Amino acid sequence: MDNNVIYGINGPVVTVKNTDSFEMMEMVHVGEENLVGEVIRITDELTTIQVYEETTGLKPGDPVTGTGAPMNVLLGPGIIDNIFDGIERPLKAIEAQKGAFISRGASVSSLDPDRRWTVSMKIKVGDRLEGGQVYATLPETPIIEHRVMLHPDLSGVVKEVRKDGEYRVFDTVAVIEDDLGEKHNLTLCQQWPIRTARPVRQQLAPTIPLITGQRIMDTLFPIAKGGAAAIPGGFGTGKTMNQHQLAKWCDADIIVYVGCGERGNEMSQVLDEFSELIDPKSNRPMTDRTVLIANTSNMPVAAREASIYTGITLAEYYRDMGYHVAMMADSTSRWAEALREISGRLEEMPAEEGFPAYLPSRLAEFYERGGRADVLGGGEGSVTLIGAVSPQGSDFSEPVTQNTKRFTRVFWALDKALAYARHYPAINWINSYSEYFNDLDPWYRENLGEEFIEYRNRISALLQEESSLMEIVKLIGADVLPDDQKLVIETARAVRVGFLQQNAFHPEDTYVPLEKQKLMMKVILHLHNRAREVVAREIPISKIIALGLFDKLAKMKYDIPNNRLDMFDDYLAEIDEKLDALLQ
Amino acid sequence: MIIDYVGVKEINGSLIVMDGVKGVSNEEIVDIKLENGTSRQGRVVQIEGERIVVQVFEGTRRISLKNTRTRLTGHPMEMPLSPEIVGRVLDGAGRPIDGLGEIFPVKKMNINGTPINPVSRVYPRNYINTGISTIDTLMTLIRGQKLPIFSGSGMSHNDLAVQIVRQAKISGADYNNFGVVFAAMGVQKDVAEYFRKSFEESGVLSRVVMLLNLSNDPIIERTLTPRCALTIAEYLAFELDMHILVIMTDMTAYAEALREFSSSKGEIPGRKGYPGYLYSDLASLYERAGMIKGRNGSVTQIPILTMPNDDITHPIPDLTGYITEGQIVLDRALQGQGVYPPVSVLPSLSRLMKDGIGEGYTRADHQPLANQLFASYAKVIDARALASVIGEEELSPIDKKYIEFGRLFEARFVNQGFTENRSIEQSLDLGWELLSTLPRAELDRVDDAVLDAYYKG
Repeated sequence: MDNNVIYGINGPVVTVKNTDSFEMMEMVHVGEENLVGEVIRITDELTTIQVYEETTGLKPGDPVTGTGAPMNVLLGPGIIDNIFDGIERPLKAIEAQKGAFISRGASVSSLDPDRRWTVSMKIKVGDRLEGGQVYATLPETPIIEHRVMLHPDLSGVVKEVRKDGEYRVFDTVAVIEDDLGEKHNLTLCQQWPIRTARPVRQQLAPTIPLITGQRIMDTLFPIAKGGAAAIPGGFGTGKTMNQHQLAKWCDADIIVYVGCGERGNEMSQVLDEFSELIDPKSNRPMTDRTVLIANTSNMPVAAREASIYTGITLAEYYRDMGYHVAMMADSTSRWAEALREISGRLEEMPAEEGFPAYLPSRLAEFYERGGRADVLGGGEGSVTLIGAVSPQGSDFSEPVTQNTKRFTRVFWALDKALAYARHYPAINWINSYSEYFNDLDPWYRENLGEEFIEYRNRISALLQEESSLMEIVKLIGADVLPDDQKLVIETARAVRVGFLQQNAFHPEDTYVPLEKQKLMMKVILHLHNRAREVVAREIPISKIIALGLFDKLAKMKYDIPNNRLDMFDDYLAEIDEKLDALLQ
Repeated sequence: MIIDYVGVKEINGSLIVMDGVKGVSNEEIVDIKLENGTSRQGRVVQIEGERIVVQVFEGTRRISLKNTRTRLTGHPMEMPLSPEIVGRVLDGAGRPIDGLGEIFPVKKMNINGTPINPVSRVYPRNYINTGISTIDTLMTLIRGQKLPIFSGSGMSHNDLAVQIVRQAKISGADYNNFGVVFAAMGVQKDVAEYFRKSFEESGVLSRVVMLLNLSNDPIIERTLTPRCALTIAEYLAFELDMHILVIMTDMTAYAEALREFSSSKGEIPGRKGYPGYLYSDLASLYERAGMIKGRNGSVTQIPILTMPNDDITHPIPDLTGYITEGQIVLDRALQGQGVYPPVSVLPSLSRLMKDGIGEGYTRADHQPLANQLFASYAKVIDARALASVIGEEELSPIDKKYIEFGRLFEARFVNQGFTENRSIEQSLDLGWELLSTLPRAELDRVDDAVLDAYYKG
């Protein structure tokens, strides 16, 4: 082993001179306090290392030791319901060791080494195990069964198996012998390099939607399980709010929430809210299915870069157990900025806006790790990726937004004007799109009937038509429009206020089942159709508006509880009754 | 063994390069003695073997290649702290300039601070009553929040900051634990004096720590000023359980100092020449606001920044907005109409308000009222846009009602005297009074039950 020492220091980057003992992307320990770092460039003269902690106080001559392995995370029980920093160090354990402020060199195990788990073994001596196969299970939280899998690179014949019982993470529960005759002890955990995608048997087409209970997302711009979505928006447009809503209500089994370079108070809000919020499906706190990764904006920048990879590796691990995982990354722009910052320290030639030229390929690598797949252990799992993007100056033409658009298929564009008018979620229905609609079409038809798609298309057409009419209204006012066009504007208003706007703080409105979404569309379109008949008879539209039906529909989201869908029939009847009266 | 290094190798802007230096640590502070007997301080910003780059806080004027003797201090920049620091006036690097002598330190803390562990944070919920209608009703300030004021040169942000400090009310028992840390970065001396006088007149001066880096002071010192201020604030809040409001003005001057330093160091610039790490750097300041479990104190920040050319997409307001929990935006057109404070309601926002208002904090109707005011005022803007094309006369009756509402809203709700302190009830009632000029059917953000109670149209 060479005695390698620090030569130079520049911000989070340190260099080592004249050594050939490191590998690219190898994890290293730097300084007396064993700070964690990663090798990012090697020349015959200098090896460059990015350090995941504050470098204040490091000295030339301090030791640098290699670990011989790339940047790894530890995968095993105890991940769910935990909160980690960007390199999978549990923040609660750091708090216990270092207090309320995070100082350097905390040495804590990612998973609690003393906690005992009730393990049931799924194999017997003589079985042949392939990589990814489940050999033990244990209840990780009351709703999540943790399936302990063989490391994907291993296979062999089971030689020894312990009895079912209580074991700790690093206890050996079985021994296998591989084809070369070498024995391996199996524990409840495994290591995996964060920058390498975990293998699957086969990728599957994105044909099942991720149900979010958010009307504009489920109906107009749906995302598939295993899909990738981008939420771009300037500050104050509600990116984080949308991510929180998705994390709370989407029908994934497990949520990995990565707070990447965001606010500390926001993370404490997530912690508070998720532990108080009860998941209606399981009657358990949301934290029972959630992993948080918090790298707030003032924590070291290199760890921010790693946090996205840590998050996706944890997500893939649970996918391999056969779960549907949704990962929220808030925000990928901060991650891109971390890349830019490190790239600048390395004096690399910048491309657009100072971002490194490899930004698109890094983004592609990340989003390609999502997907629905047949997993190695058998069964099906998925990782859905939802990345928030914070465009500089709310300008969607900047490199991070543009490149993210290329690798995601849903684009929920947040709009400042809508946010200023407090129209939430502030998703602009003209600029947003979902490419999954055709893939998901059969699912919607099968599960919600043919009408759902029809309603959806008509709502979408009405909004488009309104948008072009508004161009005229802006110039000459609404009064000059003919009544049938005024009706379009009136109905579109009911759609915007009554349907697209959704109140995250209202107990009934925060999550809306698909069936109710469908009936809401049905009622609005019914009113529109009947009103069209009236207008065709040259009865002035003001008489229809005076009936107050449009205002009533704008409030039906609050007035009709999610478990009283029969009330929609009363609405339909009332519309018919009042408009019939007008027609006579 | 203490070694003096004689002379330097290179001088560039505020940086000096030295060779043959042994045993130096990153971010270490060095003392530089000039031949004429004066001394300066500097900080190690880059190390390459025995060659180091030092940033000189007071600037490099009169330094030559051989007239200095430099000594390593062995520690990073620290701030001497004691309870007696309250009421003192310090320079931009935290040294007393009020002639009352040195601060006898009870404790020394690294001015760079350390990040608060997210699991140790308390989610801020307690609101601060500022007595200003727009802020209290529509963008409520919460203890532990960072809420910047986005302003422009020549607008009344300083008056607003003074009014907030004077009127800010913290509930009963904690009142005596309230303090202000005021950090001036690159401001003119009359502005600093204005703040000092205002604090004195309102009787809070004895609770204020002032740090002054005036516009002609060295720029490197400017990059230290907010760090010293926040270190003091953290000490007072988390060691002495005080509630500290930190006012930092002007963040634009701070960011420009950072850019100047970055370019002299030869770093690759990001947007508009600002260094690529501007976001991380600003975050290392703003994120020091908050509350911690098990401690009574809090650090609340009101950074003030002047948007160059009133452009909210400029990197400084843009990055600030992404870090802070909302913003108060001032508007030149309103200022021109004589409205004080010229708060532009629609782009302003407080992200933390939703959990710190309503039943038990302010009043149950607060949130719906705020939603409705925002929505209705947004329609005023639409109606005005239309009126500017087709003329006010041609507007539909309902649009005319909105125009009238907008006029009243700006004249009575937004506009309020510099000395007028409105209670939260007064502000909320005024909001309902104005909304009542609109037809009830237009108020689509409010439940019927709330309308029954408060709508008077």
